[in-house]
Amino acid sequence: MSSVLVLDDVHVRYGGSHVLQGVSFEVPATGVTALLGRNGVGKTTTLKAVLGLAPRTGSVLLRERDIVREPTHRIVAGGIGYVPEDREVFGGLTVEENLRLVGPAEGADAAIVRELFPDLVQRRTQRAGTLSGGQQQMVALARVLLRENDLLLVDEPTKGLAPKLVTEVADVLARVAESTPVLLVEQNLPLVRRIADTVVVLDAGRVVHRGDARELVEDQALTQELLGVSMRREGAA
Amino acid sequence: MSTFLLIVVTGLGLGALYFLAASGLSLIYGLMGVLNFAHGAFMTAGAYAAWVTMTRLPSSMGVGLRLLVAVVVALLVGAIVGVVVEVVLIRPLYRHHIQQVLVTVGLSLAAVAAVQGIWGADPRAVARPEVMTGTVGLLGARIPVDRFVYLAVALALFGGLLALLRYTRLGLVIRAGVENRTMVEALGIDVQRTFTIVFGLGGAVAALAGVLFSQYAGSVSPGQGGSLLIYAFIVVVIGGMGSLTGTAVAAFAVGLVQQLANYYAVSGVGDLSVVLLLALVLLARPSSLKGATA
Repeated sequence: MSSVLVLDDVHVRYGGSHVLQGVSFEVPATGVTALLGRNGVGKTTTLKAVLGLAPRTGSVLLRERDIVREPTHRIVAGGIGYVPEDREVFGGLTVEENLRLVGPAEGADAAIVRELFPDLVQRRTQRAGTLSGGQQQMVALARVLLRENDLLLVDEPTKGLAPKLVTEVADVLARVAESTPVLLVEQNLPLVRRIADTVVVLDAGRVVHRGDARELVEDQALTQELLGVSMRREGAA
Repeated sequence: MSTFLLIVVTGLGLGALYFLAASGLSLIYGLMGVLNFAHGAFMTAGAYAAWVTMTRLPSSMGVGLRLLVAVVVALLVGAIVGVVVEVVLIRPLYRHHIQQVLVTVGLSLAAVAAVQGIWGADPRAVARPEVMTGTVGLLGARIPVDRFVYLAVALALFGGLLALLRYTRLGLVIRAGVENRTMVEALGIDVQRTFTIVFGLGGAVAALAGVLFSQYAGSVSPGQGGSLLIYAFIVVVIGGMGSLTGTAVAAFAVGLVQQLANYYAVSGVGDLSVVLLLALVLLARPSSLKGATA
């Protein structure tokens, strides 16, 4: 299977802290790859390292092109969509302005945006800062789908959302993954089991497991060992 | 009544100059978080560029026409100086705020010294067109026409900048960048280029402020930009850093308070009253020190 993204021996240091310690893995060109691990093991930092938002060394190949020396805006414009943790929509801008920031709708997923987020069309003149957490998450997802992407990086999209909204977000991600590969940071194991194909598990800044998502999530001993949780204590997606 | 009207219009005219001086500063801080102490040098560069242009143009051209040409030259000089300063001095120092302050303070001192070295420390008289020297009757008061010119220019600039921020893509990126520039970058937008454009724009507006302030003062001098910069900083802090509307309101408030205090209290107390106004605003609304939306 070909890979859309290849990380090889990626290190990130913040001051005296060595956060990523030689992370290497590949993201297949189809489906959802879940990046798992306990809190603070470097999952968000890994996404930021790909985007150049964290100071990194090593090799990061996007469709065989080394992007490690490129500035963030060029990496993103080159085909990576990023949905950050905590959404980070522009609260002072309207929904429409948030979407317009990425430019005119041109992506193959633009139609999906209109289809999946009809609520946003109705709220296009509303300031994004006044939206609920779930609606802000939809804005954060919609604005990256308006552009052609080779890969989506999605960081904890269900964090803090009500169960019904978690299901809606999962539906959106599953639909998007039909056409665009997704690297997903997520703590919600039922959601991972439902939409992820492969998993990469980090611990203390290193990759400690790679494999099939369903196999991992259904192996309670392994999830307990790697993640400190098991499906029995997780809610439904 | 006529005296009061004269004081008010003069205060508004001065406020207009403060707005011109502060608006670029506010935009630059709001987007980039750069406290640009060299903004006064931009004003001085504009004022001297206009003065030199006016003295070099043939006197057969009317003063008004020479001033118009000089304003265009000053805008270009201000924009170029702004872009060069951003690219050469500020860009390597993003995220190093103390070094930014040191560099821009150093640049402002060097600029004054350079101007003194080239043109001397004494003020140089600037030619003023008739439209800037006459008076007009208004409700029994004789109001200097130049006050209305400053007001008109400031209002036009305010409207133009608001339109830029609200209706253009550059404005959209600036407003988003004021909120979260890292996220703007993460959406594939070259924020660095926007920084350079805003610095150039800020330099051009500062240069315009320098030209008009030299018309108000009747002369150019090396320290003029620095003097105006103090009021610009006060205005930006009162108005909320990065807020264009707040900057406009604060500029006119400062101009009015300064003029009214000078006339109705004791001459010279106007500057003190402005500082008191700043203290009151900060006590009542400490968030004025924080960035706001443009």
